[in-house]
Amino acid sequence: MELRAQHGLLKSLVAKKILMALTGLFLCLFLVVHLSGNLQLLIPGYSGRLQFNSYAVFMTHFPLIKIISYVLYLSIIIHVLDALVLTIRNRRARTVDYAVKSGYGSTFASRNMGILGSLILIFLVLHLANFWYKYKFGEMPYMVSPEGHYVSQKGEAIPGAVLKEGHLWVDGVDKGPAMKDLYEVVRLAFGQSWIVAIYVLSMIPLGYHLAHGFQSGFQTLGLRFGKAFSVIRVAGWLFAIIIPLGFAIIPLVFYFFPEKLN
Amino acid sequence: MKVYLKVWRQRNAQDPGRFVDYTVDGINPDMSFLEMLDVLNNRLISQGEDPIAFDSDCREGICGTCGLYINGRPHGPLPRATTCQVHMRHFKDGETIVIEPWRAKAFPVIKDLVVDRSAFDRIIQAGGYISVNTGQAPDGNAIPIPKEDASKAFDAATCIGCGACVAACKNASAMLFVAAKVAHLGRLPQGRIEARERVLNMLSQMEKEGFGGCTNTGACEAECPKGISLENIAFLNREFIKAKISF
Repeated sequence: MELRAQHGLLKSLVAKKILMALTGLFLCLFLVVHLSGNLQLLIPGYSGRLQFNSYAVFMTHFPLIKIISYVLYLSIIIHVLDALVLTIRNRRARTVDYAVKSGYGSTFASRNMGILGSLILIFLVLHLANFWYKYKFGEMPYMVSPEGHYVSQKGEAIPGAVLKEGHLWVDGVDKGPAMKDLYEVVRLAFGQSWIVAIYVLSMIPLGYHLAHGFQSGFQTLGLRFGKAFSVIRVAGWLFAIIIPLGFAIIPLVFYFFPEKLN
Repeated sequence: MKVYLKVWRQRNAQDPGRFVDYTVDGINPDMSFLEMLDVLNNRLISQGEDPIAFDSDCREGICGTCGLYINGRPHGPLPRATTCQVHMRHFKDGETIVIEPWRAKAFPVIKDLVVDRSAFDRIIQAGGYISVNTGQAPDGNAIPIPKEDASKAFDAATCIGCGACVAACKNASAMLFVAAKVAHLGRLPQGRIEARERVLNMLSQMEKEGFGGCTNTGACEAECPKGISLENIAFLNREFIKAKISF
């Protein structure tokens, strides 16, 4: 048999689908890290605020994390564009649609990954504008210790420091950059009912997207061996419930039980 | 019993086609679905009308020729059955039944409910075979094959190429069909020699024919009259990855 297929590495549908799986599963891994990081928001008091803001400094300054964050941005873009290309190709495969459709044998999520993904993307843009863009480029409040001193990026309260262009100065000496108070931005955002509603409701499409996507990723990569796949399937369902629920809890606690965080 | 049919009628590939309503009365519940259509066609012929064109051959569920999309499902409401295995007792008296042809760009309608499935033949020609002479049955039996591999290869080999997977798939993908053949041959030592060429050639041909890609919805597996598992698509994906990383 002669090899007649003249495909580039990413030309074929299966290769494109494998790219979807790889980026998708990487994003699943990111969700775990992101959720565990964000759950620090629920630590009450000044120590919680300090821990979360220190974590934000670490996530934006540690070189390895910076590299991973660029891989993450790239993964999101690839996942979206690849999905778009695949959806267009797949739509073209059926030019005349059925009059009656049953959807038998497939889940709601599996048939609507594009719509669910689009909803997640809209949420993502809003989410990045709310926090990521603000933290990196916008006007930010700065961290102040209970004694009323500004706090350095290392988390030390510096008595008598004056804030000038993001740096702390004591008697004309630069003591380094001040710690931005991302926690405060989160607290203010999650005090608004419409933001809380959007954040909580957006976790529903995320859950459905994960319910199909998690196990589908393994299937696409060919990682399906007998009974082990049932474990992956159950893990996928648990993942699709636990992760969105974990994220949804944060705005709900901030909105309904702010006193618990003091 | 009496049923109301909405049947897709299309004179030829150029005709845009339309649904036509028919009422069929005096149906014996033990008639097969195709026999019910035969009754209707006899009536149409005696009335001087054009009978409804549909494919069928063995009428015992092994040839894969018949294939009607009945009430939103390929091969109708019965699990693991072809259209010819569906009987009128599986429908309610007075039910409205919508009958459509397989819908896929790669399966153009020839007439009414008959579609051209030669795209499947060309996919098989692209790599769904073994080039070497594997001899007679005794020669085959001389090669020891682990029971699990033999069983899985046989399960995949039960594909009858009816195209229900394509019809059921929201992407009109032929992945289950291709996967069945790739897994059938790829799980056996005789088929391993050309495994790389096979998976790449067959997938390439599948795309050339205009079938869509797999999104793992599982509709194909659920509608396949032979119960070909999605596990075969995972096998195909592994074969593809292996083929791409080996030169």
